[in-house]
Amino acid sequence: MNSIVADYLPLAIFLGVALFIGAALMIAPFLVAYRRPDNEKLSAYECGFNAFDDARMKFDVKFYLVAILFIIFDLEVAFLFPWALVFGDLGWFGFWSMMLFLGVLTVGFVYEWKKGALEWD
Amino acid sequence: MVTAAFFYLFSGIAIASAFMVIAAKNPVHSVLFLILAFVNAAGLFLLIGAEFLAMLLIVVYVGAVSVLFLFVVMMLDVDFAALRQGFLQYLPVGAVIGVIFLVELLLILGTWSIDPNLVRTPAVGIPTQAVMTNTEALGVVIYTRYAFLFQIAGLILLVAMIGAIVLTLRERTGVRRQNIAAQTLRTTATAIEVRKVPSREGV
Repeated sequence: MNSIVADYLPLAIFLGVALFIGAALMIAPFLVAYRRPDNEKLSAYECGFNAFDDARMKFDVKFYLVAILFIIFDLEVAFLFPWALVFGDLGWFGFWSMMLFLGVLTVGFVYEWKKGALEWD
Repeated sequence: MVTAAFFYLFSGIAIASAFMVIAAKNPVHSVLFLILAFVNAAGLFLLIGAEFLAMLLIVVYVGAVSVLFLFVVMMLDVDFAALRQGFLQYLPVGAVIGVIFLVELLLILGTWSIDPNLVRTPAVGIPTQAVMTNTEALGVVIYTRYAFLFQIAGLILLVAMIGAIVLTLRERTGVRRQNIAAQTLRTTATAIEVRKVPSREGV
């Protein structure tokens, strides 16, 4: 058993306990709860009135744009983590390498800002 | 021993959920099984010591990419009745493509071999946990030794960003936006006008 796996053993135990509690809470109602379903109880709840239509409906493509932009900046931050860890040993080349990377993405960010992709209207 | 047990657990769940991705009728369930497969792949990465990759898989794939997949699934507006309609019509074409794909896979699996030179290519091995952590080991090489690949990654992200904006951003006309600068620059002189109103006549 190598050291990384040993480090993460508490996490595995935590996940196991969480899984057990979650499963227990989901299964327990089937065994012990008092059940008397009727049509009204089983219908979808939409603020008191009957549901208008299917939950699966087309929505604005803008949500998709926001998600893509989020992923891109998510990845940018992911690249920053190892850089920050070894920052002291990297030297100037590593520093400017990252600055160029951030600069390229800042070009995109400025484009995005000026285009109004961050506006919500 | 414990590592082996976890390996079989993770890989078993990963394969089972990967199967469910293509077997599930509801596309939303497919995406949820895909997330389960991602999480288990992260567990497998952890077992071979690639700590940073494992965390990245959780943050990027589970946190963001799967949400994107969910968006796509929701956006497709899948009509199950319409999907089943052309089933027999497309069956021959689908079967031919499937068989070709299967033959290709079998050919690859039957004839592959690793180039003996490839094994010697990595000049430096992965340092053990005692020397430096996995994330530090990545950081030491990405920004200096693989600087060009790193910059290409940045350019790809830039292209993705611009592409997403060009493809999906629609200009809407007639939208009234709040202009905070104009709002706060208003003074009493520009905003209020005092008029003499003659009695009983109105403005």
